[in-house]
Amino acid sequence: MAKSDNELTWKDLEIGYIVTEPGSARQYESGTWRSQRPTYDFKKCIKCGLCALFCPEGCINQNKDGNFEADLFYCKGCGICARECWTNVIKMVEEVE
Amino acid sequence: MATRVGVEVSIALADAVKLANPDVIAAYPITPQTHIVEHLAELVANGELDAEYIPVESEHSAMSACLGSSATGARTFTATASQGLALMNEVVYVAAPMRLPIVMAVANRALSAPLSIWCDHSDMMSVRDTGWIQIIAENGQQCVDNIICAFRIGEDKRVLLPVMVHLDGFNLTHVIEPIELPEQSEVDKFLPPCKFPLPLNPDKPVAMGDFAPPIIFTETKWAQEMNIRSSKKVILEIWNKYYKAFGRKYSPVEKYHSDGAKVVLMTMGAIGETASVAIDEMVAEGQSVGQIRLRLWRPFPFEELRESVKDADVLIVLDRAISYGGPGGPLASEVKAAFYDQVKKPKIISFVGGLGGRDITVAGFKDIVKKGIEIAKSGSKKEYEIYGVRE
Repeated sequence: MAKSDNELTWKDLEIGYIVTEPGSARQYESGTWRSQRPTYDFKKCIKCGLCALFCPEGCINQNKDGNFEADLFYCKGCGICARECWTNVIKMVEEVE
Repeated sequence: MATRVGVEVSIALADAVKLANPDVIAAYPITPQTHIVEHLAELVANGELDAEYIPVESEHSAMSACLGSSATGARTFTATASQGLALMNEVVYVAAPMRLPIVMAVANRALSAPLSIWCDHSDMMSVRDTGWIQIIAENGQQCVDNIICAFRIGEDKRVLLPVMVHLDGFNLTHVIEPIELPEQSEVDKFLPPCKFPLPLNPDKPVAMGDFAPPIIFTETKWAQEMNIRSSKKVILEIWNKYYKAFGRKYSPVEKYHSDGAKVVLMTMGAIGETASVAIDEMVAEGQSVGQIRLRLWRPFPFEELRESVKDADVLIVLDRAISYGGPGGPLASEVKAAFYDQVKKPKIISFVGGLGGRDITVAGFKDIVKKGIEIAKSGSKKEYEIYGVRE
């Protein structure tokens, strides 16, 4: 199994720290930065997709019911979606362990 | 067989670049580098050199274009000086950690203000910590030889680093010297084609200069440091191969009458040739003096420096730059650091002179040595001496 980032020594790095695996940034869990989390009242959702357009992380997609929802693996909890939502579907709440 | 001809050093340097057969040249003209890139543009325009010449709109763009070109595995050259080097500074830093073997000639010139087009080493010192290998020429022949070696050193798979070849503005760039340009066939034998191990390639995509979070950044920087430190032995090996092929010997610290000398004068760049005439005269007068000339600024040749002054009681270091409000000349500062923890060491006396094109004559160098010896005896409260200033 490949070493995790905190096990890699300088000798393990690819020359010039070149990344040879396309799309590897997807493995980076930016969700760990979050202090607030979006919650949803999907009854109000008109599926306009404005939240997804404004999301700086590009991590909001339609779920199986067609409602727009953030992928919490990447969501940094900035709250822009909650501010932009017309119909007040989204409410930010404190992250608790 | 190569013949010696009288030629302007800038033209000879450009012809040496042509001999290395580069794929891409991206440059912006600036005094005193202009003749180098003009001649290269001419060679490309005339069909004598099959390369892409990118006439960019600034030095920042020049180095950016060089990064992209080198990242595809293309042999890449540029040249600049002074303000141009300062403008491209941000991008200069990027080349070394990305391991791109770009070769750049720097026609050393003072940095503004006040505006000066003449030579000193303030531009060279401003890029000291960019991670490039920095080689300094003392005359036109060295410029030609250094350029050819620079491509081979930078592209060696054990090195893969960008290389700057420094030549003093006007004192070298604009003088005509007898120079031997090697034959194309000899250079082709010496310089294998450029092969970057992980080039940009749509069939095998890679990302370069990527994001490194705190958990890995220190490791990337240590890899860079280990890389340039270990490059010295490859530089020595390639200089030795060059000697075998072309008969001209290069070493990081060139010695001139320094073995056994009690007083040694250290110089860097073209001014060292004037200094050597002063040394000749002082040796003829029976003084125990010698000279060392630094040819490799990064990686800094600590061992070679210590060995070259092992017999000396006094080492006088001449800088053509000032670290304002600091220890004085950047070279002297480095030399003092190299000796700090040594048991046997010479007294190191720091002089700054030759700023913004001010000449130091043979008599001037004799004066510097004389003053240096006096200071070594009597001591000084000053960090350094400035030579020739009107007070």
